[in-house]
Amino acid sequence: MAETNETILAIRELKVNFTTPDGTVNAVKGIDLDVRAGETLAVVGESGSGKSQTMMGIMGLLARNGAVTGSAMYRGKELIGVPPAELNKVRGAKVTMIFQEPMTSLDPLYPIGRQIAEPIVHHRGGSYKEARKRVLELLELVGIPEPARRIDSYPHELSGGQRQRVMIAMALANDPDILIADEPTTALDVTIQAQILKLLRSLQERFGMAIVLITHDLGIVRHFAERVAVMRRGEVVEQGATADIFDRPTSDYTKMLLAAEPHGRKAPPSDAAPIILEGRDVVVDYRIGGGLFSGGASTFRAVDRVTVRLREGQTIGIVGESGSGKSTLGRALLRLVHSEGRYRFGSTDISGFDRSRMRPLRKAMQLVFQDPYGSLSPRQTVGEIITEGLLVHEPELGKAERDRRAIAALSEVGLDPDARNRYPHEFSGGQRQRIAIARAMILKPKVVILDEPTSALDRSVQGQVIELLRSLQRSHQLSYVFISHDLSVVKAMSDYVVVMKDGRIVEEGETDSIFEAPANAYTKSLIGAAFNI
Amino acid sequence: MTDIAANPLNEPPKTVSRSLFQLALIRFRRNRAAMAGCVTLLLIALFSFLGPLFVPHTYDQVFPSYVTIPPSLQPRPDVSTLQEVMDGVAARARVKLEAFRVEGQAFTATISSDEPIDPRATRYFDRANEFRDTKVEATENDGRVLKLSGQVNREYFPFGTDSNGRDLLARVMLGGQISIAVGLLASLVSLGIGVLYGATSGYIGGRVDNVMMRFVEILYSLPFVFLVVVLVVFFGRSFVLIFLVIGAVEWLDMARIVRGQTLALKRREFVGAAQALGLTDWQIIRRHIIPNTIGPVIVFVTVVVPKVILLESFLSFLGLGVQAPLTSWGALISEGANNIQSAPWLLIFPSIFFVATLFSLNFVGDGLRDAFDPKDR
Amino acid sequence: MIAFVLRRLASAVPTLFIVVTISFFLMRFAPGGPFNLERPLPPATMENLVRTYQLDQPLWRQYATYVSNAVTGDFGPSYVYKDNSVAELIGKGLPYSMELGFYALLLALIGGVAMGTVAALRQNSALDFGIMSLATVGTTVPNFVVGPVLTLIFAIVLSWLPAGGWGDGSLRFLILPMIALALPQLAVFARLTRGSMIEALHADHIRTVRAYGLPSRVVVVTHAMRGAMLPVVSYLAPCAAALLTGSAVVETIFTIPGVGRYFVLGAINRDYTLVMGTVILIAIFVIVFNLLVDILYGLLDPRVRHD
Repeated sequence: MAETNETILAIRELKVNFTTPDGTVNAVKGIDLDVRAGETLAVVGESGSGKSQTMMGIMGLLARNGAVTGSAMYRGKELIGVPPAELNKVRGAKVTMIFQEPMTSLDPLYPIGRQIAEPIVHHRGGSYKEARKRVLELLELVGIPEPARRIDSYPHELSGGQRQRVMIAMALANDPDILIADEPTTALDVTIQAQILKLLRSLQERFGMAIVLITHDLGIVRHFAERVAVMRRGEVVEQGATADIFDRPTSDYTKMLLAAEPHGRKAPPSDAAPIILEGRDVVVDYRIGGGLFSGGASTFRAVDRVTVRLREGQTIGIVGESGSGKSTLGRALLRLVHSEGRYRFGSTDISGFDRSRMRPLRKAMQLVFQDPYGSLSPRQTVGEIITEGLLVHEPELGKAERDRRAIAALSEVGLDPDARNRYPHEFSGGQRQRIAIARAMILKPKVVILDEPTSALDRSVQGQVIELLRSLQRSHQLSYVFISHDLSVVKAMSDYVVVMKDGRIVEEGETDSIFEAPANAYTKSLIGAAFNI
Repeated sequence: MTDIAANPLNEPPKTVSRSLFQLALIRFRRNRAAMAGCVTLLLIALFSFLGPLFVPHTYDQVFPSYVTIPPSLQPRPDVSTLQEVMDGVAARARVKLEAFRVEGQAFTATISSDEPIDPRATRYFDRANEFRDTKVEATENDGRVLKLSGQVNREYFPFGTDSNGRDLLARVMLGGQISIAVGLLASLVSLGIGVLYGATSGYIGGRVDNVMMRFVEILYSLPFVFLVVVLVVFFGRSFVLIFLVIGAVEWLDMARIVRGQTLALKRREFVGAAQALGLTDWQIIRRHIIPNTIGPVIVFVTVVVPKVILLESFLSFLGLGVQAPLTSWGALISEGANNIQSAPWLLIFPSIFFVATLFSLNFVGDGLRDAFDPKDR
Repeated sequence: MIAFVLRRLASAVPTLFIVVTISFFLMRFAPGGPFNLERPLPPATMENLVRTYQLDQPLWRQYATYVSNAVTGDFGPSYVYKDNSVAELIGKGLPYSMELGFYALLLALIGGVAMGTVAALRQNSALDFGIMSLATVGTTVPNFVVGPVLTLIFAIVLSWLPAGGWGDGSLRFLILPMIALALPQLAVFARLTRGSMIEALHADHIRTVRAYGLPSRVVVVTHAMRGAMLPVVSYLAPCAAALLTGSAVVETIFTIPGVGRYFVLGAINRDYTLVMGTVILIAIFVIVFNLLVDILYGLLDPRVRHD
């Protein structure tokens, strides 16, 4: 694709600092990067690596407390430290950008057509009326169905994928030289992700602009980029051709990142293992809308007659995209949401159990959430958090005994027992997820529902958490329901996979058979999107 | 997967462990305006509550000879007035005043006459309001010249007096006590009702929430000042009732804020985790919901306190506040507003304290909001 | 749209009804009555008055009579201003209150939004600090202090403006009460605008338009302002209802013959019908302005359009 090797954006000694009330944060510590005409450069790093702030700094988009120094030359024109009017000639015309959050990146108060037209009118002159034709072309180009009708839609009337297409249309409007894509697919479902990336690639082939792809996802990088720069803590630790970096990484950090892709398998349970948790014909309806006096409430069926049987020591992976009902199913199995169906726990029929009758059983059925920031109360110490369940289920324990159990639980998940006197905000995402796991483990449960436990974590941390979960399962004969949209993690964790879409099971089976020979078209597209973009 | 934004608090653990509350406190201490506000509030509170111990006059003590006198640091009556009074006394005692000096609260005088003076003439001096304990210090010239000494009744009115001859300083202090007490107690009442109501409504949700919020909406559509006025007019005007009434009206906002917070918190996963642990609703409200609403609630209280003080002063302005001889800043200001031409100090002094208090509360409130919600605002 | 308006008006009926009911019984269960004066009336007179005004009837019947009359627009006679019906009193006073309130609203809205926007754009500058200090003064100094102080300065010391009264209704008479009435609301609008403007300027979609090189005038006016106006518009409803129905304090200080004084006077005198009349008046204003603001909001924000 790269016809010339001409460098069109040269970044030298770029630094980004943030002044905060608690001191200065050096987000980017003097990096050098080149972007060549028509190439795809991936800037890879985990959260906090400064990869986004580098680009925000160049584009003059830092928060008020941010400052950028150094140099970024676009075709001989300096972009750092120039007046906004000067910068405005380049950004939006020659260098454009799309963002991670398609939900909030568009102004909710204007139709999308007008928003796409704005940079055209501004950079090329003319009226909105004249720009309309170009906008229609662009919408067509990025694959928005019925552009003539959609052009007057508001952002909230479009899906996340469509909004990202609108952003891409906006980015292409002035035939840019460089398109900076800041985590363009992170907020999207896997299948949509693949479509957006495919779109970007085909557009690049047609128009020949350079793409700077900022991402944490090595899978995308491998299939999409020609060159890679790996960033860590504000520095570029390694850069080069994609194939070289993936095959012969030189820095330890890159090696670690590459090794962090989940691998390995879990030993399946014996066929004779008894069923520990069963939900038959599970149905969950949500009531939408409807006030006290006004009618008009409708119901939305989140889970539609799903049956799940979990054996002792087994891990069932539940796979699906957002809105597939997989999380709701997990909560229904724990009887945390109102649902219909027949439920058994061990030999007990718990179908008709209300909250107070479920309470004694909660000890044996635990839940771990996705967001390690949201799942720990910020006002409690770690010790209070993890021993809270003991107050309910083993109220006879004294303070000293509870503390002893807390120490044991923290050591088991690989944390320093001193952590119990500290507060959650003092820990990183991975450490917090370990705390959340300790909170579940302290009760010595039999079944744990893991709801996207690794999705909010960096890849390198993800691998460690998966390893921890597997070892806990071995030493305590735990049974897991593992809910995730991330197929590679599911593959590494599960014995049995259930694929859900729109509240129903579209396919289920042993992990190997699902991944190697998917029967259902949707399953195939999911696996295709995840493993070979 | 956001990059580090501007929040180094998310960095890996430091050696010293601090709760969010402690961190907020540290941020708050760095805010100069807010700290100045705190100090001012403290000083005003000390002035109002401890000041009366150092002022010789009580708030209801009437000085008929000092009605509506302007503020002055000089004691009253002043020396020239005393001289006049002394001249008058001497004339009545049919003696000649040779010398007269006032030093602080004591005076010395020398009187003479052609005849020897009866020492009982001192009674003439004590008969004047201004002098007392007149004693003969020395007799000269066969009793024709007497040296007298005694005490002067001098009063200090640094803030002046009101139209009833009461010391404004003492009254401003009392007004401060009542305004601050009403502000705090009414805020506590609204806090108590509001937090419980809002948290319950938000947490239970669904139909219960609908009914509870509908009730709040109806109370909202009652003109709220009307409600207070009606309650105060109809149920009497005691101090306790006033803060109960104000508190009972002010809880609506608090309930809405706490409900909003609760709805947001309910969706947070730690509440889900608590449910999965088997905590009861009440345990969740108590252990998770209420502690996490504390930040916004504290900030809101700093908004409610001045609002309540304003409301109380508004009632006093309408003549519905605490009853004389008790007073509040609002009542004093209203009195001052009525006498603005003849006695502007009656408006100025209570207004200074009132406005300083409200200003300080404002800065403290802003400081707390920044401390609890450290965005780049 | 019409369906939406009708639906909203229909849902206002029960609210109004509940307000009327609560106010009615709240007042009646309180001790005292309109004719319990400091100097007791002769029993015969008292009996006569009570019979004339039907206060001897059972409470539920009085209530039923009141509600059925009120529906037809008859709010009964005032017990204290004996020559006037409540409708007449309100009809006479309301134009004064509304005219004054309208000017005050205009001043508060335009001044507040302008000041708030400037403060937000120059965040943390001296100008920002100055504007916010003024706003703090506006919220902390009650209008019964502002009123007399304004009178003292402009009417008594400088003799530029009249000290009170409506006069011929010319602007000279309106300036001081208008300022006293508008200042607290102006402060609220300024704070609200500043806050929402700063938040709007931090929004992701503002970052987008900046990334596309649009000049800052477009960024601020077209994109940030419109979003920032939403909370301001929401506050418009209670503010307009409060200003247009008059303020007891300002009307007392500046001796303006509006309706603002009536509910205080009515409450103090236990003039049941007058109080009920003003309560209904205020409630109707609140309901109508909430409706207007909801329609306006829908025009500004496509996400809540009411079709």
